[in-house]
Amino acid sequence: MTRHTLSVLVENKPGVLTRVAGLFARRSFNIHSLAVGPTEREEISRITVVVDVAELPLEQVTKQLNKLINVIKIVELEDSASVQRELLLVKVRAEAAQRTHVLEVVQLFRAHVVDVVPDTVTIEATGGPDKLAALLAALEPFGVREIVQSGTVAIGRGSRSITDRALERVNRSA
Amino acid sequence: MVQGTHPAPQRTTPATPASVRATVEPRLASAQQPVPQASVVREQVTGAQSIVRSLEEAGVDVVFGIPGGAILPTYDPLMDSKKLRHILVRHEQGAGHAASGYAHATGRVGVCMATSGPGATNLVTPIADANMDSIPMVAITGQVGASLIGTDAFQEADIVGITLPITKHNFLVTDPAQIPRVIAEAFHIASTGRPGPVLVDIAKSAMVTDTTFSWPQELDLPGYHPVVKPHAKQIREAARLLATARRPVLYIGGGAIRSGASAELRQLVDASGAAAVTTLMARGALPDSHPQHLGMPGMHGTVAAVAALQKADLVVSLGARFDDRVTGKLSSFAPNATIVHADIDPAEIGKNRAVDVPIVGDLREVIADLLPELAREHTQHGRPDLGAWWSELDKLRETFPLGYDEPSDGHLAPQHVISRIGDISGPDSIFVAGVGQHQMWASQFIRYERPNSWLNSGGLGTMGFAVPAAMGAKVGEPDRTVWAIDGDGCFQMTNQELATCAINEIPIKVAVINNSSLGMVRQWQTLFYESRYSNTDLHTGHGTRRIPDFVKLADAYGCVGLRCETKADVDATIKRAMEINDQPVVVDFTVSRDSMVWPMVPSGVSNDDILYARGITPAWDRED
Repeated sequence: MTRHTLSVLVENKPGVLTRVAGLFARRSFNIHSLAVGPTEREEISRITVVVDVAELPLEQVTKQLNKLINVIKIVELEDSASVQRELLLVKVRAEAAQRTHVLEVVQLFRAHVVDVVPDTVTIEATGGPDKLAALLAALEPFGVREIVQSGTVAIGRGSRSITDRALERVNRSA
Repeated sequence: MVQGTHPAPQRTTPATPASVRATVEPRLASAQQPVPQASVVREQVTGAQSIVRSLEEAGVDVVFGIPGGAILPTYDPLMDSKKLRHILVRHEQGAGHAASGYAHATGRVGVCMATSGPGATNLVTPIADANMDSIPMVAITGQVGASLIGTDAFQEADIVGITLPITKHNFLVTDPAQIPRVIAEAFHIASTGRPGPVLVDIAKSAMVTDTTFSWPQELDLPGYHPVVKPHAKQIREAARLLATARRPVLYIGGGAIRSGASAELRQLVDASGAAAVTTLMARGALPDSHPQHLGMPGMHGTVAAVAALQKADLVVSLGARFDDRVTGKLSSFAPNATIVHADIDPAEIGKNRAVDVPIVGDLREVIADLLPELAREHTQHGRPDLGAWWSELDKLRETFPLGYDEPSDGHLAPQHVISRIGDISGPDSIFVAGVGQHQMWASQFIRYERPNSWLNSGGLGTMGFAVPAAMGAKVGEPDRTVWAIDGDGCFQMTNQELATCAINEIPIKVAVINNSSLGMVRQWQTLFYESRYSNTDLHTGHGTRRIPDFVKLADAYGCVGLRCETKADVDATIKRAMEINDQPVVVDFTVSRDSMVWPMVPSGVSNDDILYARGITPAWDRED
C-alpha cells in the first residue's frame, strides 16, 4: 500500500464531487484526503485526492474515474516532481508566561499568528504533511485546543500546465 | 378474444404534432444568412413539448412508461405525437425491462418514462440491470418542481443520487432551455462506447415553462471520448499470438452482440481455427452449429468449454469481462494461458485478470483489424497445427456432451420442454429468460444461430426480467416470434405486464417452466444445505393447490392459457402456441422439481473441479 496523489480535472457542474467521492467508496478505495477548488478556467474544477492503494488497484481507480463523464483528465503527481501543500489552523493555549515560547515555535516553522486573545493564539501554517506533523508535535506541550486542516493540494513543478493540455483535448473534441 | 382498444398508431407519419407551435426562426429563413444545415429546427414550445420533440428527433419510436404527477405535463404533448408510440405498462419495472428488451433485440436505444418518487425508484432495478449488461437505455423521469427539490416534497426522491452508481451517466434538468441538449447527450452516451443506461430527471417546473426547442444539438461532453479504434501494435501482437498458439481459445462475450460483430467474428473463428466459447451474454454471437463452437463456459458451461479455457495456452477475450461466474476461483482460471483482452471499456482490462496484450476498441473494428494481420502471419509463418488440440477437445465433447436424465418422479423434464420450444420455434425467434434454472437450461438447450436472439439478465440476475423484456423485444421486432422462457418464481414477479401485452396487441408467448419452487435456490439447498428446503416451495405445480393457477391467470389477463403435463403433449402444445399470433399465450409446463442444472462449478471452486453431474468429475488432467 502506497500513497498516491491524483489531480483530477472535472467539469465545474453540480454533483461532480459526489460522483468522484462515491466512486471511491463504491469500489472500496480509501481516500486519505480530498480537496476541491476552482481553476484558471471557470468551467473546470480541480480535485486533488490522496489515496492509499497498491499499484494495480491505482490503475483501476484511474480507469474508473476516467469513465465518469464529467471527469476530463487525471494526472498522478509524483512527490519528487510536484509541490504538495496542506493548510493547518490550530488554536494553542498561550498565556502570558508561555506566549514567547509559542511564538518561537511559530517563527521556527515559518507559520503565522492569525488571532490572539489573552489565553490563546491561533496559528496558520502551510506545508507538507511532515512539516505540519512536526509543528503540531512542537505545539502539543502548550496545549492544542482545536485543529482544522485542509486536504492536500498539489501542482507539478516546471512550466507545463495540466489544464492547458486538458483543454487542448476539449477544444479538439468541440 | 379480447380485442385491443388502443391499436398501435402508424409509426411512419412524419407530420409535426399539431399542438407544437412551430415557427421557423426568421434569421434562418432569410436568404442573406448562411444556413449551415437546412434541417435546423427552432420552435417556441413548453419544456414538456421540448421533451417530446427531443425524443422524436433522437429517433425514438417507442416509449414504455406510466404517467404520474411530476411527469404529467409531458404526457399531454405525448398524446399528440405521431412519431412516438407510448405503451402504458402496469409497473415501472416493466417499463424499464421492456426498454431493455427492445434495445437488446434491436440494438437501438430503449426508452422508458416514469414520474418522480416511487415511479422513479421502481425503475432502479431495470436501470441496474441494464448497467450490468451494457444495454443502451434512456430513462426519463419527472422530478418535483425546482423550488421544491430538497424539501421532502410529495413524491420526491433524489433519483439522480440513487442511480449514480448504476447508470453510465445521469442528469438533473431544472432549466427548460437545456432539455434538447441533455436529451441529445443522453442518447449519445447511452449508445456509444460501452453502452449503458442514462437517466434524465426533469423538474416539473421546467416542463411547464416556455422555452425554445432547437435541433440538432451541439453536445458538450469534454470528458467523454470512447476509444473505438484499436491500437495497431497491440493488434499485431494479438495476431502473432493467435497464429502461434497451440491451444488457443476465443472467449466471446456480450460485447460481440452489442458491437454487432458477428459477421467479423465468424471470419476470425474460421481463419484462426481456434476453439470458441460464448458466454451467457454472447449466446448467438457465433452460431451454435459452428464446428469450432464448444458452447458456454462458466458455472453451468459445457465441460468442453470450461476445460478448453483451463487447458488453453492462449485466451483471446473478445468483449467479455472475466466475470466470476465464468472464471470460477479466479486464481486457478486458465492457469497456463497468455491473455489477450479486447474491450471497449479500458477499465475492464486488467480488472480481474492480468492481461498480456490489452486492446481497447470497438470489437467489430478490433476483429476487422485483426483479420488481415492474422492472414499476414499465416502467409509468413504458415498456419499452426491445431490437430492435437482439437482431438483433445473433440474427445471431451464426445465424452461429456450436454444432456440430462429423465426425472425419476415421472414428471416432465424441463430440459426437454425448452429444447423442443427451441427446435419448433426455430433460430429466428427471440428467446427471453428470467433468472434461475430455466435460464441456464434455455441457454444450454436452445440452439442459437444468430445474434440478438437470446435475451437474459446476466450480470444483475434479475428475476422477473422475462415477461417485460419479451414484451419490449416483440415491440421492437414484431415480425419475429418471441418466447419468454420463464420460471414459476420469476413469472410471479412481473406477470402484470400480460395486461399490457393483451391490450396493446403484443403477442408474446410465455413458457412457464413450472417446477413449483424457486428451483435454482432449491438446487443449492439440495447440494449444499442437506436438502433442507427453506422457503423455496411455491405451490404452483402438480399436486398442489396451484396458487395461482397460471392458466386461469392467463385467462384473466386476456391471454390464451394452456397447460402441458406430459411428454406426449409437449410438441402439440408448443405447436398450438405457435399458431396463436393475435394475442399473448401462456403455457404452464408443469415439470419435475428435482431436475438440476448440470454441469456445475460450485461457487468459489476452481473450474478444474467442474461436476458433470452430481458426484461425477471429468478429471481431465488424470487422463493426460
